[in-house]
Amino acid sequence: MAIKTESFILNMGPQHPSTHGVFRMRVTLDGEVVVDVEPVIGYLHRGIEKLGETRTYTQIIPLTDRLDYVASMTNNFAYVLAVEKLAGIEVPERAEYLRIIMAETMRIASHLMAVGFFLNDLGALMTPVLYMWREREKLLDLYEMVCGQRLTYNYMRIGGVSQDVPEEFLPALKKFVAEMPGFIDEYDQLLSQNEVLLARTKGVCILPRDTAINTAASGPVLRASGVKWDLRKADPYSIYDRFDFDVPVGSVGDNYDRYWVRMQEMRQSVRILEQAIAQLPEGEVCAKVPQLLRPPVGEVYGHIEAPKGELGFYLVSDNSIAPYRFHIRPPTLINLTALKDMVIGWKVADLIITFGSIDVCLGEIDR
Amino acid sequence: MTLLEQFRLWLGGIWPEWAAYIVPAIVGIVVVLGFVLTLVIVFIWYERRLMGRFQIRLGPNRLGPEGIFQPIATAVKILLKEDIVPAKSDKVIHWLAPVIVFVPVLMIFAVVPFGERAILTDLNVGVVYVVAISSISAVGIYMAGWASNNKYALISALRAVAQMVSYELPMVLAILGVVLMSGSLSMTQIVASQKIPFLLLQPLGFVIFFLGTVAEINRSPFDLLEADSEIVAGYHIEYSGMKFAMFYLGEYGHALAYSCIIATLFLSGWQGPLSPPIIWLVIKVMAVFFVIVWMRSTLPRLRVDQLMAFAWKGLLPMAIINLFIVAAEVLWLSEIMPWLMVAVNFVFAGVLVLLWSKLFTLGGGRVEV
Repeated sequence: MAIKTESFILNMGPQHPSTHGVFRMRVTLDGEVVVDVEPVIGYLHRGIEKLGETRTYTQIIPLTDRLDYVASMTNNFAYVLAVEKLAGIEVPERAEYLRIIMAETMRIASHLMAVGFFLNDLGALMTPVLYMWREREKLLDLYEMVCGQRLTYNYMRIGGVSQDVPEEFLPALKKFVAEMPGFIDEYDQLLSQNEVLLARTKGVCILPRDTAINTAASGPVLRASGVKWDLRKADPYSIYDRFDFDVPVGSVGDNYDRYWVRMQEMRQSVRILEQAIAQLPEGEVCAKVPQLLRPPVGEVYGHIEAPKGELGFYLVSDNSIAPYRFHIRPPTLINLTALKDMVIGWKVADLIITFGSIDVCLGEIDR
Repeated sequence: MTLLEQFRLWLGGIWPEWAAYIVPAIVGIVVVLGFVLTLVIVFIWYERRLMGRFQIRLGPNRLGPEGIFQPIATAVKILLKEDIVPAKSDKVIHWLAPVIVFVPVLMIFAVVPFGERAILTDLNVGVVYVVAISSISAVGIYMAGWASNNKYALISALRAVAQMVSYELPMVLAILGVVLMSGSLSMTQIVASQKIPFLLLQPLGFVIFFLGTVAEINRSPFDLLEADSEIVAGYHIEYSGMKFAMFYLGEYGHALAYSCIIATLFLSGWQGPLSPPIIWLVIKVMAVFFVIVWMRSTLPRLRVDQLMAFAWKGLLPMAIINLFIVAAEVLWLSEIMPWLMVAVNFVFAGVLVLLWSKLFTLGGGRVEV
């Protein structure tokens, strides 16, 4: 005799420990198996795009801090690059290097958090997170030195950065860069060959190469699927063409590859940091830019390789002090669209870790 | 003759018979419960401090020396919370579930020997009693999950039943090895027969029993019932106040009870040189719990199908093989050369674990929907 069964809908979120913010999933479950997922977003919507159209170009910079608050300096970077492209502003050498240093340390900080919370979603009960926060804490101290803030930095300016780094910054950064490979080795030892981690992530929730490209995924999610696409190499912005680094690429596109790519990217970021510190020139840190910038009429799309993927800013100028249109392409919103393709047919526990492996930030999804 | 029986005989000489029967029983229960509940409080503190060390932080250290009073503050906080019952819940079962989870945990201690004669009741089927009583908690957890009218709790309840049933089997088979070797089901006899701790004589049985225990008390990597990151808190998601405190105490009580059982069955119980028996028992219990906390703060969680596969394809066959090996050794090797048995069993354990780690993968994959 067959027992009659039916699937049920589980409302996961917006208050749930593993949704990394206020994200909601309407999950249809057949027992433990995921039949359907419907993401519901918008709980953190603050209207940043519309707000931006009422602010001057400089006043928008602190707004961009509130997008991906785990790596907010990168958002500053992407925005000021777009504005500089629009207004045709030349940036001093030292400012370029400082920006690279900030962007790469931000990448390490963001990936530390991504990997740590990925492990937390796997059930490793805070231990990996706290180990990784030990290093993230050092980075936050560095940011505090340069701009006095630990979360929303507001450090980049149109034409450079707000101020030069203090003299204690470089020794601290050098110490961090020297220590970091050892710490990454430590994580590798503790995690990468862990039997439970391998059993839970290897071959689980595969995102095939074609699907990854078709969903316009970017960043580690795309590279884990075996696509060698990194804007730092594919469309070099700022001064990335001066540095020597590799783009780690996964083979299968499963959860393990997404984890592994992030671990390798941290190593590459350390490499870039070493070169940037060695080449760092003296000089001005900000170009002469008018207080009220009026860029010429036109439109521009500036994009960078943020820790989570391609972060783009689309600006339309009508030669006034505020942009006519201010649009953001958040990487994790686009990456999130691949979630359903990955998790159907897997267990609810796999849904959680796959969501963690995308490494979303709700501040940037809801804007 | 246990201390309690002696007390009863002495009291029977001066008091009427019914009083001589009731008073020692009450005294015994109060003493053991006092000891157990104190140790549970110590366990909560111990786990928090240990987790702190494992996670490169300090852990609670403000309240009293080394934060020893923190669990008491936690208890007061929990007890002062409002007791919320969900609107569409099954009220009677919702009320009954914490009791059914908590009471069996205390009942286990009736047969734990704290010293040579310090045991509440020396049942001649003590081991069977432990196995039977500790399974009742699964019923309570299922009731809690069902009555809460919450989908997370329901998932947790169904996981609980599957997990408890699966891990009971290898555990019982591992205990059988111990029983075969000691030739008795009585806990006192099992301790007395451990001239060499059964940990050395049956390493494989110990590993199986230990893993089964960790699954039974819902600790990481088998904490699927509570799985914070998936089903939030599982069966006790809809509980608060005193009812939650019962679950909380039950959880730590269960950990303490099973640590005691492991210490009794495999680590020669209260036996030890120099210091009094109770100290030795507490030291061994703390050592067992240390390993449990260590695993909890280190390992990620298994998935539900992998958990079942681990029990049925990994632990159960190994437990059966272990039982056959022990039986053969008891038949042909025992008494003559115990240290030869230790060596043989360690080799067997190593070979079997290695073989299983090669042959058996925690598979499980996508289901077509």
